[in-house]
Amino acid sequence: MKIISTEVLVIGAGLAGERAAIASAQAGLDVTMLSLVPPRRSHSAAAQGGMQASLGNSVKGEGDNPTIHWLDTVKGSDWGADQEVARIFADNAPIAMREMAHFGVPWNRVEGGPREVYIKGKKTTIVEDHAKEGLITARDFGGTAKWRTCYTADGTGHTVLYAMDNLAVQLDITIHDRMEAISLIHEHGVCIGAIVRSLRDGEIVAYLAKATAIATGGYGRLYGESTNAIINEGTGSWLALQTGLVPLGNMEAVQFHPTGIVPTDILVTEGCRGDGGLLLDVDEYRFMPEYEPEKQELASRDVVSRRMKQHMLKGKGVKSSYGEHLWLDLRHLGEEHLTTKLREVYDICMYFIGVNPIKELIPVRPTQHYSMGGIRVNKDGHAYGLKGLFALGEVANWDMHGFNRLGGNSLAETVVAGKVVGEKIAAYAKSAELNANVSLAEKFGKEQTDLIAHLLNNNGTENVYTLRDEIASLLTEHVHIFRTGEALEKAVSGLKSILDRVKNVKVSASAPGMNPELSQALRIEGMAKQAYIIAKGALLRTESRGAHTREDYPARDDKNWLNRTLAFWPAGAEEAVFKYEPVGPLDLPPGDRGYGGGQMVDMDLTLEEYNAKVDTEQTTLGKHPTIEPMGVRLPKEAWRAESPYKDAK
Amino acid sequence: MARTLTFKIFRYNPTKENDEPHIDTFELEETPRLNLFTALHRIREKQAPDLMFDFVCRAGICGSCAMMINGRPTLACRTLTSDLADTIELYPLPFFKLLGDLSVDTGVWFHDMAKRVESWIHTGKVFDPNVEEERMDNAVANKIYESERCIECGCCVAACATAQVYPDFLGAAGLNRIGRFLFDPRDHRGEQEWFELVSTDIGVFGCIGMMACDDVCPKDLPLLEVFSYIRRKMNSGVKVAVKELDLA
Repeated sequence: MKIISTEVLVIGAGLAGERAAIASAQAGLDVTMLSLVPPRRSHSAAAQGGMQASLGNSVKGEGDNPTIHWLDTVKGSDWGADQEVARIFADNAPIAMREMAHFGVPWNRVEGGPREVYIKGKKTTIVEDHAKEGLITARDFGGTAKWRTCYTADGTGHTVLYAMDNLAVQLDITIHDRMEAISLIHEHGVCIGAIVRSLRDGEIVAYLAKATAIATGGYGRLYGESTNAIINEGTGSWLALQTGLVPLGNMEAVQFHPTGIVPTDILVTEGCRGDGGLLLDVDEYRFMPEYEPEKQELASRDVVSRRMKQHMLKGKGVKSSYGEHLWLDLRHLGEEHLTTKLREVYDICMYFIGVNPIKELIPVRPTQHYSMGGIRVNKDGHAYGLKGLFALGEVANWDMHGFNRLGGNSLAETVVAGKVVGEKIAAYAKSAELNANVSLAEKFGKEQTDLIAHLLNNNGTENVYTLRDEIASLLTEHVHIFRTGEALEKAVSGLKSILDRVKNVKVSASAPGMNPELSQALRIEGMAKQAYIIAKGALLRTESRGAHTREDYPARDDKNWLNRTLAFWPAGAEEAVFKYEPVGPLDLPPGDRGYGGGQMVDMDLTLEEYNAKVDTEQTTLGKHPTIEPMGVRLPKEAWRAESPYKDAK
Repeated sequence: MARTLTFKIFRYNPTKENDEPHIDTFELEETPRLNLFTALHRIREKQAPDLMFDFVCRAGICGSCAMMINGRPTLACRTLTSDLADTIELYPLPFFKLLGDLSVDTGVWFHDMAKRVESWIHTGKVFDPNVEEERMDNAVANKIYESERCIECGCCVAACATAQVYPDFLGAAGLNRIGRFLFDPRDHRGEQEWFELVSTDIGVFGCIGMMACDDVCPKDLPLLEVFSYIRRKMNSGVKVAVKELDLA
């Protein structure tokens, strides 16, 4: 087996992975990035709408600051977020946007003077400040108090990823693309690298490193019907879970985006509604203001998706051969806007569903979009349970999103976490020794070559694609926007039997090389186990919070459930083990989000009582000590100076 | 009535001993709004489990799935079978290294191109986190974005006559990338530096003007406009060079 050693190994070369690799390279470390695909083809490229950062340059963002951004994020999370991590994010986001401008992103800029925009369905004139001319501008997104989403037309992820990869090329960072990490090498609770399979020729290679970081994106493809790229099959979270030591956090927190197009499930950005797009029903009636008079189409994603589903259940959906949907109306925005600021959306509609959004309505419905859950890490990005392993971006449960992420916060998270966690990874690698334990690498490598031999040569009868589709149907049918105990029981028992059948997968293709069927087969156990954790975690959580909506438990229960789910899968165990920890230090007391309605059960502890147990309980579950003490980045009660709290008694 | 489509697909696995390039034929029932992303996956999952091809975003954004479809390079994900005849011929993109069947190594070529054109902002400035961002006219930002929209699918290079003859030719994608940085006021490369990079047979003067790149670009990049901009710039670069010569 070939063995390659490096100081820092980054698995996944989308925005978060590349930014972290750059931080290590800038610190003078030798870095190697692995990626399933060439870095510029990562799913980061598909992000359209933008990145939230409180620069406050647009007139509609006037007075914005990190505290208001933080408030929106915590409310958006339905108080499931780690408030300190959300604060680290909000504080660093403006710096990260400026840094990306320095690296070459052609952000759209403020143009001084009057311009016509649509706000809450009405044409309005706003006047941009000439003094701000040429600074980074922003558009409106859901669940925010200010226009805060920085953008380049509707190709934001693309331009930021290209600028980032340009920098990686400039720094001459080693990239091995078409390489898939299939297990982590570890001993005595320390990760020392990964076993990797080449998707070019099937070769198995060991990479040894002082620090290993996972940045492989989400697990959306488990649902089948998803806006995600087809590579987002939870490969990175499976790497962590299969060690038996590292827990996955809040896997049941799955986001459904209001506007996936029908059919194909391709996303059209939240920027469509931010720029004034409206949701209409079968009668072409605009229904959102009835449900959400204040935020209307721009409530948070969990709320808008729920309202859409609710409205369709009332018989107001549009029937089609691809199932029921609603309409997104962009016609009033006009040709110029749709062929410049929303050009990708225009192209997607024209090419994939033959709809011209200048003249026609776009068929949309809520579609799986984002994984709030993932590898549980502390605020430094250090994974619970395994030293030397880090995770960041969508694959991580860092956890600034809690049970619902705001639009524009994940793309921003990639570059902020890339910078913040990236620096922590570099610091760790600088003080760590390379453990060149070749026999250990050989042992882990042999486990994988044995597994491959088994998949190719066993007498099983299970087809990997059939199992993948069955997992997707169980999740889509029973673990979707509205959940009930009864449906979740079905999903759990269905997935339990799939877990048994996974052992009998037989790969029919014996050709050497990339063997796509073998690649899928190597992922299927991880997909089945993660699907099981999603369903079981959702069944156990008997409350409704953010995107996790239990019809049989409609209240957000801060007395019993103001916590984070941690799922472990100990080596050799038949079952996942579920444990719970406090969400993190609280500063903003749980309250009403200002949209979405819903009932609440109040917590019975004081904030002080709650906060006193956070560190100990998290440490018991595997949290490593952080470089700075817990809570130091969370300025106490800064929110009191901001609306609506400053007007309150 | 639903059609039965015939796919004639180029097959070759370079890792398989004694394999020879050949064509395999598959039949598939057409369903409404069927695109080649779905069609190829159906063929792989039911008929040819070892069939190699590349898709990532399946939304026309990532540039992974370019291939020769009935002799024309384009994105497979957004090609609807309803726009094609009953028989569909699929070949990998020429020019790029073949990895197997319809999969080619565009990633390594584009990485190398980025190195050759030094595809990054050349500036002496150091980022200062405490200072307001440098201002930029929004029209300039839009202009940069027009060229920045390239998704590195490789269609332009696959369709290029010069590239087939000169393997080092930067291609439309490379020239477009140069244009993108020429437009960008943050990049401080002077005309002389650009001149040395671009004014060779592998640069802008290698282009023989057939403009197949412009015909096939799936993102409708303004390639014609970018090339003439670079040529004009290089002519002024020539003037600089000539002037220096006069002085000598």
